[in-house]
Amino acid sequence: MTQTPHLLVHDHADNVGVVVVEGLTAGTEMLGVVTHDNSDFRLVAKADIPIGHKVALKDLKPGDTVMKYGEDIGKMVGPAAVGEHVHVHNCKTKRW
Amino acid sequence: MAFDASSQTITAWRRENGRVGVRNHVLILPVDDISNAACESVANNVKGTIAIPHAYGRLQFGEDLDLHFRTMIGTGSNPNVAAVVVIGIEPEWTKIIVDGIAKTGKPVEGFSIEQKGDFETIRQASWKAKEFVHWATDQQRQECALTDLWVSTKCGESDTTTGLSSCPTVGNMYDKLIPHGLYGVFGETSEITGAEHICQARAATPEAGAKFRALFDAYQTEVIEAYKTSDLSDSQPTKGNIIGGLTTIEEKALGNLEKIGRTSRYIDALKPAESPAKGPGLYYMDTSSAAAECVPLMAAAGYVVHTFPTGQGNVIGNPIVPVIKLSGNPRTVRTMSEHIDLDVSGVLRREMTIDEAGDALIAMIVRTANGRVTAAEALGHREFSLTKLYRSA
Repeated sequence: MTQTPHLLVHDHADNVGVVVVEGLTAGTEMLGVVTHDNSDFRLVAKADIPIGHKVALKDLKPGDTVMKYGEDIGKMVGPAAVGEHVHVHNCKTKRW
Repeated sequence: MAFDASSQTITAWRRENGRVGVRNHVLILPVDDISNAACESVANNVKGTIAIPHAYGRLQFGEDLDLHFRTMIGTGSNPNVAAVVVIGIEPEWTKIIVDGIAKTGKPVEGFSIEQKGDFETIRQASWKAKEFVHWATDQQRQECALTDLWVSTKCGESDTTTGLSSCPTVGNMYDKLIPHGLYGVFGETSEITGAEHICQARAATPEAGAKFRALFDAYQTEVIEAYKTSDLSDSQPTKGNIIGGLTTIEEKALGNLEKIGRTSRYIDALKPAESPAKGPGLYYMDTSSAAAECVPLMAAAGYVVHTFPTGQGNVIGNPIVPVIKLSGNPRTVRTMSEHIDLDVSGVLRREMTIDEAGDALIAMIVRTANGRVTAAEALGHREFSLTKLYRSA
């Protein structure tokens, strides 16, 4: 890999990825890598997203299950279009 | 780079009971909170000793008292401790702890304060502590196998980078060393919430998995259901986790479980501070997820090196066990470098594989065992919070 990725995704079943660079700004064409098999893809960030925070890999609407590590990590309680920020403002555990 | 764990050696102290320690502490151990002052005075009088003041030890009863004794005896029995001076307010509980530690064969002596006062207790205990320091510092390191070590893990101030880098680095280390005889342990019952089905499936036997599940369910019933407010979301994930990008307890739990690797299977589920008794391998222990409580419980079970992945930058240490901090978050590595022993941020940049990061962690464990002072040791982090099961009488 010659270029440093902006975004890492654990598994192909995931619908969110993790920003792994500091200072990511809206409009950046991100290089994404799926760690499971090192495959890569491109995605444009639609928001300024801090390092460690999640990005929607597809359009997500309230009620959708959020997948990471190939597992259910909760549900959407607000919308996030592809490239937008997914966090506590629009995602929540199903448990409580 | 191929790594041969079976031939890797360290130089360490082989104790009277055959266990291997990587530090050579003379411990001044209070039985109870009101003996802290005397212990700290002895540690001040005699250089080369360490007192570990704590908050409890009076009017406890039942299972909670059993845990207190198990933690105190286990701490004194840890192979990183060469000899122990025990001080309590009264002689009977002091003797219980002294007798428990004495089973290891190491030098231990108890003192009690009633009918004597602090001054006379401190005088007598200081003489014994000085004798122990001379004795301990005469003990030599010798060559031991790396896999004679017992290595614990617990992560802290997790974020999404821990699940991508530092936690799987620990898992890779376990996958490489456990087949050669290492003892490992993970815990953090509350932080398995959301991945309990995966954790149960990672047991070596159905019995071990069922034992884990019973401990997990008891925690849910006795702690969460009994005391919850709306949910755990003000505490799990923590505020620091959320700043780091973790959104739900399930997401946190899945990252947490990366610490147990791909091929390792736990062979038993332990009570807090319970020593593993089924031979080499990985164990689960029922612990709090608070670092200052969890690390002492693992130390009391006999673990001598702790590996601590952090994302946002937890600064925890332990009085008797070196805590190796590793982080893959480049911001944390830059802004809190004094706390980080191993930088695995190259994993996020795809400059370093998890396999290479695991080898780097093993190399750091070897250096730490051989005497390299960890960041937490250099900075004086000696957190020692006791786990308490319920209110005292």
